[in-house]
Amino acid sequence: MSSVDTYPGAFWRLYRSEARLVLGRRRNIALLVVLAIVPLLIAVGVASSRHQDSGGPAFLGQITGNGLFLVFTALTVCTPLFLPLVVGVVAGDSIAGEAGTGTLRYLLTLPVTRGRLLVAKTLGTLTFTAVSVLVVAVSGLLAGAAFFGLHNVTLLSGDTVSLGNGIGRAGLIALYLVVALFGLAAIGLFVSTITENAIAAMATTVGLAVFSLVLDSVPQLSAIHGVLLTHNWLGFGELLRTQVDSAALLRWSALHLAYAAVFLSLAYARLTTKDVTS
Amino acid sequence: MTALVTADPDRIVRTDLAVRTDGLTRRFGKQVAVDSVDLVVPRGAVYGFLGPNGSGKTTTIRMLLGLLSPDAGDIEVLGAAMPQGLASVLPRVGALIEGPAFHPYLTGRANLRRLDACDRTADPRTSKDRIDAALVRVGLLAAGEKKYRHYSLGMKQRLGLAAALLQPRDLLVLDEPTNGLDPQGTREVRHLVRELAADGATVLVSSHLLAEVEQVATHVGIMAGGALLRQGELHEVLGGETAVVRIATPDVDLARPALAALGLELQDDPEGLVADLGGFAPEDVAAAVVGAGARLRGLRVERPHLEELFVSLTGEGFDVLR
Repeated sequence: MSSVDTYPGAFWRLYRSEARLVLGRRRNIALLVVLAIVPLLIAVGVASSRHQDSGGPAFLGQITGNGLFLVFTALTVCTPLFLPLVVGVVAGDSIAGEAGTGTLRYLLTLPVTRGRLLVAKTLGTLTFTAVSVLVVAVSGLLAGAAFFGLHNVTLLSGDTVSLGNGIGRAGLIALYLVVALFGLAAIGLFVSTITENAIAAMATTVGLAVFSLVLDSVPQLSAIHGVLLTHNWLGFGELLRTQVDSAALLRWSALHLAYAAVFLSLAYARLTTKDVTS
Repeated sequence: MTALVTADPDRIVRTDLAVRTDGLTRRFGKQVAVDSVDLVVPRGAVYGFLGPNGSGKTTTIRMLLGLLSPDAGDIEVLGAAMPQGLASVLPRVGALIEGPAFHPYLTGRANLRRLDACDRTADPRTSKDRIDAALVRVGLLAAGEKKYRHYSLGMKQRLGLAAALLQPRDLLVLDEPTNGLDPQGTREVRHLVRELAADGATVLVSSHLLAEVEQVATHVGIMAGGALLRQGELHEVLGGETAVVRIATPDVDLARPALAALGLELQDDPEGLVADLGGFAPEDVAAAVVGAGARLRGLRVERPHLEELFVSLTGEGFDVLR
């Protein structure tokens, strides 16, 4: 095989182009705006109705005492539906969208080899996932600070830790969520290699997440709950205990990474053998 | 199947070929879209790839560029076997495949920037200059900041050409490059193709605009129903049909014996005489007429056109065959 003269940093350039494409698209920016509004709405709602009855999402009761809890509440609210929706849209669009507009054939003949394209698309999707989670967290932090002030954090186990420690835990929660959503992102990328219809790929991906949520809500199916895609998404509450069960968190993360490995392999197998007729 | 009239592949040294396929075949279900095609495109040629809609041109091109995998046959592009050599060969190939395709919500320039950023053989330091040069070359510099969505069909086509020209290329594969262009645009593309060929690039142009191809091509290949019916140098392919010389003169009686002495088989024509030109040079014919003392009003050599050959090979019908 003759070698090709490539420029150093070429992959970084490809990645940046991919990230700019995903983050610059108006539809995706609109999704981020919606995510940023969620914590604001919760803050306004909580601030305007001061009666403290229990019910509602986790941590809701603590928000008035400490704005940092708005971050946890907002992430809890967004995790089952909004974040999977955003991940599904971006992952589903990744390759099917390029196939649909015909740009895929021009990328492949540049050439961007198919393996490199999949890696770039995966990293682009992960970047958008991370930005989405961060948008919710940062918006929650700012709104919480503005509405309720930030204080030392009383953990679920009753101990109190410093505000810095609490923000650090929020950061770890965000990281856990990105890992947890990676499995779904990989499914979306795989679906995206099957079709040229981006909308169908998005709907399928989001549909699979919803399907998993539904299965998870049927007690009779508890035998399979442990391996469901969505089952451990809210497990990040673990990070708000004094004694963090890190073994459990790692086990759950490993499950999501296993999902990612399986579906990225399928996506690779599919993309590298695909006939591009669009 | 119709007999193939192909240039003898042994006559040409293998490395002198920009594209060579051997028994290239692709089926879609039961339908054979490309049926053992032996494409021979010499380096430096402007190869007009002709055929009616659905004749298998685009499927062939897609296989050359690694977008489709063949069911049978071998492909060589710029001396490398495909698809193994895709990564090393494609950087030297510019392509316009079945019309332009870009992100509608990005500007023309941003679309080119995107493609350049994805090309690992592109020098990031010269990116802006190369994008400018490509836009200038297709006359799109002024519209570079306009969203692709707002481009006219002709502008889209120009942007597609600009993308193919972002880097210096040894081979350009242009599938219907003049689609949607106005007459000026068509002229410019013709000019561009000549320019690229003069720079030493090989150009494979697929088209159904026969007059266009006839003006720029050095070689042609004619496809129909998935098979390559004719292929070779333009004059060879047309050579099957003979050229005719029309001699307009009022002094037919003076001209006739001189031309007959030259060896032409003459027939009467309303304006004078007409004959198959055969191997004679037109200037010798003119000299013979004048030498006999006849006044020469005009002399015209009529060569058969690609269109007649094309229609005789692919049929008159307008219907898509399959």
